[in-house]
Amino acid sequence: MMLRAIYDWVDERLDLTPIWRDVADHEVPEHVNPAHHFSAFIYCFGGLTFFVVVIQILSGMFLALYYVPDIVNAHASVNYLQNELAMGAIVRGMHHWGASVAIVMLFLHTLRVFFTGSYKNPREFNWIVGLLIFAVMIGLGFTGYLLPWDNKAYFATKVGVEIAASVPFIGKYIAIFLQGGDIVGAVTLERFFALHVFFLPAALFMLLGVHFILIRRQGISGPL
Amino acid sequence: MSKKVSRRKFLTYMLGGTAGFLGAGMLFPMVRFAVDPVLKKGGGVGFVDVNLPVNQIKDKPIAVEFKVHRKDGWYEPAEGETLTAWVMRQNGKVVALSPVCKHLGCTVNWDSNPQFKNEFFCPCHFGRYYKDGTNVPGTPPSKPLDKYQIKEENGKLLIGPVIKA
Ligand code: HEM
Ligand code: FES
Repeated sequence: MMLRAIYDWVDERLDLTPIWRDVADHEVPEHVNPAHHFSAFIYCFGGLTFFVVVIQILSGMFLALYYVPDIVNAHASVNYLQNELAMGAIVRGMHHWGASVAIVMLFLHTLRVFFTGSYKNPREFNWIVGLLIFAVMIGLGFTGYLLPWDNKAYFATKVGVEIAASVPFIGKYIAIFLQGGDIVGAVTLERFFALHVFFLPAALFMLLGVHFILIRRQGISGPL
Repeated sequence: MSKKVSRRKFLTYMLGGTAGFLGAGMLFPMVRFAVDPVLKKGGGVGFVDVNLPVNQIKDKPIAVEFKVHRKDGWYEPAEGETLTAWVMRQNGKVVALSPVCKHLGCTVNWDSNPQFKNEFFCPCHFGRYYKDGTNVPGTPPSKPLDKYQIKEENGKLLIGPVIKA
C-alpha cells in the first residue's frame, strides 16, 4: 500500500523501527493489567493523565488561534471564540473541563503510587519528578484560570497571589513578581499567558520526558 | 599530588568557563528583564477631592468612588482608575475604609448579605466585618479593614493613600 511504501522509504533512511520498538514493545505485567484483575485499573491513572494533558495541549494551541492576552480584549476574545465560532464552545469546553480532569487524574495517579508504595527505592527520584510535575500542573491551572479575565478569574488570582504573599519574608516579592507590579492588571494577564503557554508547558515536557525514561529504565513496581 | 594542572584539566576548565560565560551572558538580560517589576519603586498616591461635603457624611456607610492616577504596564488611562472607599461617621468622626478584604484580597460590600445585616460582607469566603471595620471573630479575616488617610478642605472630603497597618 501507499502508506506502507512511504513508511518503508523513510525507515530505510532513518532506521525508525528500532526506535519505536524501544518505546512501545515491552511486557505489561499481569498485576497491572485490568483484563486480568479488574482492580488493576488504578494503574491506568498515569496514562489517563497523559492522555488528558495531550488534550489540553492540543485544545490550548487551538484556543491560542483566537485568544488575546490583553485586559481590554481578553474577555471579548473568549466570548467570541466560544459563541461566534463553529465548535467554539466545544474546544473551549475541552480545555475548561480537561483542566479539572487532568488534575483529578494526576491526583488519583499520585494516590495509586502512594498506596502501592511505588515511591520507594529505587523509584524515589521518579517520585520527586512526579511532585515537580504536580507543581507545574497546578501552575498551569492557576495561570490558565486568569486568562478569561472575568470576575471569577480576577478574584481567584487575587486570592492566589495573596496566598503566595503570605510566605515569610519573601512573600511580598513573590507577589510583585507574579503580578508584574502592584496590582493584578495588564502586566499580570500578559505574564500569566506567557507562563501558561510557553514556560510551564516547556517545563512539563522536560519533566514528563524524565518521568517516562525513568519508568522504562526501572519498570513498573511489583505486585503488592 | 602535584599542583600542576594537566593540559586536559586546563582545557576542560577553559571550555567550562567559556560555556558558563556565554550562558550567563544570555540569561542575565532575560532574568533581569523578568524581575524588573520587583526592583521598580511604585509611585505614591496623593490626596483626591472626592467631591463630597463633609456635612453630608452620616453614620451609615456609603460607597464613595474616586479616581487615582495609576500606570498599569502600558495602560495609563487619562481619566485615572476608579477606587472605592466606604465613608461614614464613627462617634462623630469621619472614617474611610478600604474595601479590600483582609483575608485574601477580595472586595467587601456593606449590608450585601441579607443574613448579615449592617455588616461588611466578603463573598469569597464569607468574611465579615462590623461597621467600624473590625473583623467578626470566627470568620476568615484576621485583621480589621484598612483605613484611608483622609483630610478635610473647605468642608469637602479628600481621600489619600491607605494607611499601612
Ligand atoms: C497541560 C495542562 C493545562 C492546563 C491544566 C490548562 C488549564 C487552563 C485553564 C484552567 C484555563 C481557563 C479556561 C476557562 O476558564 O475556561 C485555560 C485557558 C487557556 N489555556 Fe490552558 N491549560 C493547559 C495547557 C495549555 C497549553 C499547552 C496551551 C497553549 C499552547 C494553553 C492555552 C490556553 C489559552 C489560550 C487559554 C485561554 C482561553 C480560555 O480561557 O478559554 N493551555 N487553561
Ligand atoms: S478574601 Fe474575603 S473572605 Fe476570603
